[in-house]
Parts: sequence; C-alpha cells; structure tokens
Amino acid sequence: MVATTHDVMPDIELYQPTDEANALSLASTLGEDGWLLAGGQDTYGWLKDRNKSPAAMIELTKIDAWKGVRETANGIEIGALTTLTEIINDPLIKSRYGLLSMAASRVASPQIRNVGTLAGNLAQDARCWYYRRGLDCYRAGGNLCYADAPESLNREHALFGQSRCVAVSPSDTAPALVALDATLVISSERGQRRVAAEDFFVGPAVDIEHMTILRPGEILTSVLLPNSWANAEFYFEKVADRNVWDFALVSVAAAMKVSDGTIQDARLACGAVEAKPRRLTAVESALRGKPRNEATANQVASIATQGARPLNYNHFKVPLMENLVKRAIRG
Amino acid sequence: MSDPSEKGKIPGPDSAVELSRRDFLRNTGATVAATTVAPAVLGAAGARAQDAPPATGTDIQLTVNGVSHRLTVQDHWTLVELLRDHLQLTGTKIGCNRSECGACTVLVDGQPMYSCSQLAVWMDGRQVTTVEGLVQDGQLSPLQQAFVDHNGAQCGFCTPGQLMTATALLNSNPSPDAAAVKSALVGNICRCSNYNAIVEAVVDAGRRNGGAA
Repeated sequence: MVATTHDVMPDIELYQPTDEANALSLASTLGEDGWLLAGGQDTYGWLKDRNKSPAAMIELTKIDAWKGVRETANGIEIGALTTLTEIINDPLIKSRYGLLSMAASRVASPQIRNVGTLAGNLAQDARCWYYRRGLDCYRAGGNLCYADAPESLNREHALFGQSRCVAVSPSDTAPALVALDATLVISSERGQRRVAAEDFFVGPAVDIEHMTILRPGEILTSVLLPNSWANAEFYFEKVADRNVWDFALVSVAAAMKVSDGTIQDARLACGAVEAKPRRLTAVESALRGKPRNEATANQVASIATQGARPLNYNHFKVPLMENLVKRAIRG
Repeated sequence: MSDPSEKGKIPGPDSAVELSRRDFLRNTGATVAATTVAPAVLGAAGARAQDAPPATGTDIQLTVNGVSHRLTVQDHWTLVELLRDHLQLTGTKIGCNRSECGACTVLVDGQPMYSCSQLAVWMDGRQVTTVEGLVQDGQLSPLQQAFVDHNGAQCGFCTPGQLMTATALLNSNPSPDAAAVKSALVGNICRCSNYNAIVEAVVDAGRRNGGAA
C-alpha cells in the first residue's frame, strides 16, 4: 500500500460547470449541500482534517466570465475568480487602485496567490484555531466559545464586536475593498444583488455561523471599484508574526483624497480586529479638513481604538492598531 | 504487470535480488498505478456532464515533464498524489500537505504551485513540470549544479520545491540579485534553515548561465 493513509482527501462529489447558467443552477439545486470551490486554499484543510464534509462541491474555475479585469463607465470590474497574482500584476489595478494590489501582495505566499482567488480571499471562513480544530463552538453550531474562556489562547482574536464568538476577519483584501468603497456583485438563479463591501461581511451578533451575507445558491461573481476613489492616496500595512503565510494580527487600509495638503475625504478600515473589516468612520470624520501630517495622525489615531474590549491575551492589539492608523494617516 | 502474488513482497536478507528502498517503493507504486490508472483510450476529456450519474473518476490529459498522459483520476486526488503514487515521480515531496511549507512545489503552466493543494482533475490540458523534468540530456540544470556546488541541500527534503520555485524565478528574471531570490522563495520553508546557501546557489545559477535556468 502506498503510504498515503492519513490526511488524504475524502471522496468528493465534484461538479465542474463551464458556464454561468450551469453554475448558478447547480448552486441553486444543491443549496446548502453545494460547497463553492475556487482556488481551494481554504477548502482542502477542512476536508483533509475531516472537520467539514460537504456533500458536493461546485468548482468555479472554468467559468471565464467571472475572471479578469474590465474597465467600465464608473470604474473597473474585477471578476471574483481572478487570482490574487493576476490582481497584483494587473496594470489597471496597479495604476489606479494600488491599495488593492498592495493588500493582495500580502496574502499568504506566492504559490497560494497563484491559485487563490479574490472571492476566496473575501469569503474565506474564520481562522480561529479552536473552530478550525473542529470543536463544537458557537460558530460550528455548538453552545460555547473555546477562545474566550479564562485560559484560552486568544492573542489573535477580536477587540471589537464580540458576541459569544471572538473570531476575526482574516482577509487582507477585505479592508482594502472597504476603503476603496467597492461594491460586490452576488449572483444567483433569481438574478443579481449588489452590496457595499462593508455590508458583505457580518459579525456574530448578526450571524454567528457565517462571515458573509452569501446565502446558499448565491455566488460572489464580481467586484466593482468606483472612479471616485481611483488614484487617491493609499496606505496599506499588515502586521503578522511571519511575513509569509500568517494572517494579520492587525492590518490597516486607507484611501485619502488630499488637495493642497488638506484631507478632503478619507476611508479607513482595519482587518483582524473584528469579525468583519472594521471601518473607522469616526477617524474619517475627524480627518476631513485637516492637513495630512504627523500632528493630525497623533491627534486623531486614538479615536480608532475607542470602545476596544481586549481579551486576556490580545491587549497588544490596541496600541498596534493605533500605531498602524497613525502611520496610515501621516503616510 | 507484475504477478499479484509478488505485490508487497519484501526480499529477505538472503534474497538473490538486492532492491534499494527507492526501487522497492517504485515497484509497489507501479502495481497500484497499473490497477488504478485504467483505460488508456478515453472519450472526450474534461467536465463531467451535470446530469451524469456519479462517476468513479474523471478522464484528463496532462503533460508532465514533456510527456503527455491520458488517465482517469479520482476527483479527490491531489496533484502530488497523482505524481507520486500513480506516475512514480517521487522527487516531489509531501511536507505539511496543507499549503504551508512549499516542499511539494511544482510548476503548472510555468507557475509555482503547491501540488498538495491542487486537484488532479484541474490538471486537464495543463503542463506540469516536476524536479525530474529539470535534467536535460542527462545533465543537471545549471540551477541544480549550483545547488550542488553551494551545498544548497542540507537534509534535502525541501530541495525539489526550492528548485522548482527558483526555476520559475530564473525563467522570468534570468539574473536575479539576492533580494529578488529571497522575495521569490518566501513560500518555501527550509527546516534546516539553509537559506543562505540556497540564495547563493540561485544567484550563482543566474550569473553562470547568464540566462535560462
């Protein structure tokens, strides 16, 4: 017997639709039993560990209509199945929406970015290892949180919006899309709906078992970036234990419109501090009309962490987040 | 195909036939492949019809190191399982099996990818290059020779993956400096921490051949 007796993948019922209509019809027919598969980098761990057992998988990578970058009247449209490497190298994204290129280039490792898609990076599941370990926590349908008990190891967990579950949004591209005021297009057999990037993600108070508003039968098919934030001044920074592979401890994405040194408008979001990207609206309001400089950064950054409720082991995230916001503001 | 009664039979100390561990693994692998890589002549390759009854496998055509293969693969096979267990290309190693170490890196259409985290069915119509494909006419590639000269392999387990990622780098940037090499190889862990020698080897390979890896 060949020595592949552990952590091989279980048998899977794989569907490989080649056009949009087939994919949407399969997603609708299979409903909750249909696991959407793109780059697979968030999928195979669940399967190999036997911690999730999807009844069927719908592979989306053969659908060219959901890939690539196109110019539109109002900005650009990015197929949600575009790989992260393609996003990093795309000349339109690089020249106008460099914030997204910067964020995508910090995802995982080059090999993962070569197959991982934008949709997968946005819709990936929580990375709380108690949950990933297959424990019966709230997020897994159980009735306790292993990450918020007195001895829990929770230095990577949430500062804000805890509600029984304390997991954070792991995505690097999510805060960038919130800062760019992106719109996400969700398709199903019934048609399309469009939501602002910040409304795509949900915290545990709203839905403790899902990170996004995607429902069975729905597929995230494209991302629209508006002209209004093209060529703004951008800042992205991610702090992680290792520069490769690791998810953010805290990340910050900022877009600012500055004229004559004065901030006219700003959008900022932090990753890995809440179950969804945390938009910093109070910071944004405080920045309007102020010069983009060190003094403004020092004056405004502490607003970002107001209301933070650290857990036992993640107090360090409060000054980390404040300092990242400071650096984003001063540029 | 070998006699089934011979399957898995390990030669004893007094056996007339001396088999290396590698030959033994290769031979047992071949037995499995012969029973699983069934029909040699296939119909239309590619997507399974949406309304077809559950099939036991999918027919694909892929090119590995320049050799075209038509095979029936199980939908849950990963690329590295296909390579190691069914095509006997055991140069590609399984480290973590979770996209977290880089040992299994191969090139798919020229791009480095973790073969532990690719479905074999995805390889339909694609070109795969493994470490076995680097040797040309019995000669190590300049990159492989540089790894030998700079002791780029310590325990050697990560080496096939390092070689593949570095090959992709040299194909796009024939003479990278150390910074470019470090940046390109971030997705490959060396548990011996032999990074300095690996970086030196790749830089030297670029310098030596003044181009193609």
